[in-house]
Amino acid sequence: MKRREFLRSMTALAASTAITAPAIFSAAKAASRKETLLLVTENGPNNLDIHGIGTNRPGYETSWNCYDRLITHEKKTLSDGSISYDRDKLKGELADDMNIGDMSVTFKLKKNAKFHDGTPVTANDVKWSFDRAVSVGGFPTVQMKAGSLVKKEQFVVVDDATFRVDFIKKDRLTVPDLAVIVPGIYNSGLLKKHVTEKDSWALEYTKVNTAGSGAYKVVSWKPGVETIYERFDDWVGGEKPEIQRVIWRTIPSAGNRRALMERGDADISFDLPAKDFSEMKKEGKLKMISNPIGNGMYSLELNVVHPPFNNEKIRQAIAYAIPYDKIISAAIFGVGNPLFGGSSNDVSTIAWPQPTAYKTDMAKAKALMAESGAGAIDTTISFDLGDAVNSEPIAELIQESLAQIDIKTTINKVPGSNWRSEMAKKTMPMMVNFFSGWLDYPEYFFFWCYSGQNAIFNTPSYVSAEMDAFIDGARAAAAVGDKESYSTDVKGFISKAWHEVPRVPLFQPFLNVATQKNISGYCYWFHRQVDYRSIVKA
Amino acid sequence: MLATIGKRLVTVIPTLIGVIIVTFLLTRVLPGDPAVYFAGPAATPQSIADIRKQLGFDRPLPEQFLRYVNDLAHGNFGNSLSTGRPVSTEITSRLPASAELTLTGLLLSMLIAVPLGVLAAVRQGSWIDHLCRIVATVGVSLPVFFTGLLLVYIFYFRLGWAPAPIGRLDVFYTAPAQYTGFYLIDSLLTGDFEAFRAALSQLLLPALTLGIFSLAPIARMTRASMLAVLASDFVRTARASGLKTSTVIITYAFRNAMLPVVTTLGMVFSFLLGANVLVEKVFAWPGIGSYAVEALIASDFAPVQGFVLTMAILYVALNMAIDVLYGIIDPRVRLEG
Repeated sequence: MKRREFLRSMTALAASTAITAPAIFSAAKAASRKETLLLVTENGPNNLDIHGIGTNRPGYETSWNCYDRLITHEKKTLSDGSISYDRDKLKGELADDMNIGDMSVTFKLKKNAKFHDGTPVTANDVKWSFDRAVSVGGFPTVQMKAGSLVKKEQFVVVDDATFRVDFIKKDRLTVPDLAVIVPGIYNSGLLKKHVTEKDSWALEYTKVNTAGSGAYKVVSWKPGVETIYERFDDWVGGEKPEIQRVIWRTIPSAGNRRALMERGDADISFDLPAKDFSEMKKEGKLKMISNPIGNGMYSLELNVVHPPFNNEKIRQAIAYAIPYDKIISAAIFGVGNPLFGGSSNDVSTIAWPQPTAYKTDMAKAKALMAESGAGAIDTTISFDLGDAVNSEPIAELIQESLAQIDIKTTINKVPGSNWRSEMAKKTMPMMVNFFSGWLDYPEYFFFWCYSGQNAIFNTPSYVSAEMDAFIDGARAAAAVGDKESYSTDVKGFISKAWHEVPRVPLFQPFLNVATQKNISGYCYWFHRQVDYRSIVKA
Repeated sequence: MLATIGKRLVTVIPTLIGVIIVTFLLTRVLPGDPAVYFAGPAATPQSIADIRKQLGFDRPLPEQFLRYVNDLAHGNFGNSLSTGRPVSTEITSRLPASAELTLTGLLLSMLIAVPLGVLAAVRQGSWIDHLCRIVATVGVSLPVFFTGLLLVYIFYFRLGWAPAPIGRLDVFYTAPAQYTGFYLIDSLLTGDFEAFRAALSQLLLPALTLGIFSLAPIARMTRASMLAVLASDFVRTARASGLKTSTVIITYAFRNAMLPVVTTLGMVFSFLLGANVLVEKVFAWPGIGSYAVEALIASDFAPVQGFVLTMAILYVALNMAIDVLYGIIDPRVRLEG
């Protein structure tokens, strides 16, 4: 290469770039836009199958829309006009008929149900799918177990169109657990072809392909960029969805998601931060929908095994020292239900979640501290950096307030990737944390967070035989429909938890969604992801 | 020359071995347990152990390392857990996106910074010199995410001139068939001018953001190097011989001043390629930087290792290309054998 030529060509290249006209973008193709839903969120799926290893929450959304379950929930309209799933009413999705016996439940499959490749759905597919869910390990297996679904032998093919689940014990959660995302029905004929020696359940195939009978199928997936769905026109699980095509784009910046919505370029922005939500609501340009997250709460959790918080008086002092109202107004901008300031810690209802009787009362907090006999305390308050939007201001407000009762705290920000391993160690003395359970029953929450099995979510490591008796009692009573002893046990465990405060409830957060005004039919689901099937674009 | 390049390549090998060992060890000492992360909600110790075993993290470190090296030797960078695809696929699909963005940004930056730097040197102390100083200072002191958000706010949200910041193409366009992975080039190759315009309009704001950030080093380096050359004897001689000012400045001074500028360009390019993570985040750009950061957050080892390795190779290749360029620009500089 000659240097003169090189220099000349560089100049030519520079000149040609300089004259490119500024962007004029052609009008979006209006016709296809109308049948297409453009959804924007912070993260996209990392796996299209909830049975996969480490599938993230957005991946659950894909599973929900592309696979059917035997049964699903009815919907109801809430007092604010928003639509929610109805916890107490189930209906068939792939099943036509459900017959609950004493120790088993039998399903009749819909006759014309087909998978996306056209093969009919049979009871063998259901059996294979359930076997898969209890065998693959990890989250799906744990979730099945929560409904006492643990062994392959429980799943019985009666004939091609009839399927039975045998109970290993009476458990109220068994049937609702069949309506969560995990027990979806997979195309076993197709997947068996993709089974390999190392991968006996074809997880590698379903990671990148959808093989169900659901209302949508994934036609293009670029991880971290976009997921495109097409409607499956032969779907029999419910009313034919209006939206023909869903484009789901990952837009990491919250500010840009907001700009896209306000400029009218995106149809739905899902799971907004509370601050954006309250500001956008004031502006009134978009339809803003917000639902309390069922069975979910933010709380301040105290490790009850190690000093100083093994002392109940100190825990109560903290519960009286938290600046509750400031947290609601400054940290979550009023978008949440307070879980404090109730009438008594001896609760009188089984409503869940319900408030404690604690409220900010510094005099009482100081008195309790004096009574506890503890001197000045120096400790750390931890939170998950992945949830810094909410947790950081909460931690700072609590830090400031606790300083007044001689509890000096340093804030420990734990990176998101590390949070679960830190939780599992159970050594953090004090943390701001969030938990919510899919199955919206108080005993389910207590089973994870307060019971003697000391699960990862029982971050305080709270273990008490009396508490376990209440929880087991409530589960047993629910299984046989004994409302009276159920109510006694639920009130019992809530009151005990409120008095001893291993975790100090703060508030029940909301799930926030913004849609354009021509979008309707958004429904809140326990799994906190978007169901495209009911959405209508006018 | 080929022999020289060959010799240079040999010296690269120990560097790469070092990079492989260091990245492997670094990812292993990072806090965060991938098994716990991927076990998801409601994990039990049993399910965490299952996953650790499936991922091979229960094996001793030397064994994991040998397996990793063996995979590398077979061209296998491993699988990304968080996106579920092979790392090599991810990198080949994402590297062009980053490279296209970075190159365009660098080009924009050069178009502004080089003339500005030359003028500032020629008219030292004049208003244009001050302008150069101000532009460079502003460019380098504004954080990229801020510039990016500001540009989005003005040109997209307020004025509506720029398209929505949603990545490389508007949702209603399909990507051109892949030849180079550069949308601008691919769309021209396939003759799809609408896609070209769409891709270009998506590219302008993020490229400008990067360009503004890289103005400073290029403009300052051009100015300094021009000043040194302008003060040298041969320029004085040329002037004294009555050559036209433009000839003196462009033909004689500028060419001689280009060496350090090219070096700076190389540095800025490789720096931008890895460091444009924030721009990629702001514009939802599916580039390699945002991929590596997401992988790091998820304790997803394979992509992080793949990323570092790719960057190391790129850096080495770039340095070699610059060495070759030296010889073309200035015949006095030749690669020593």
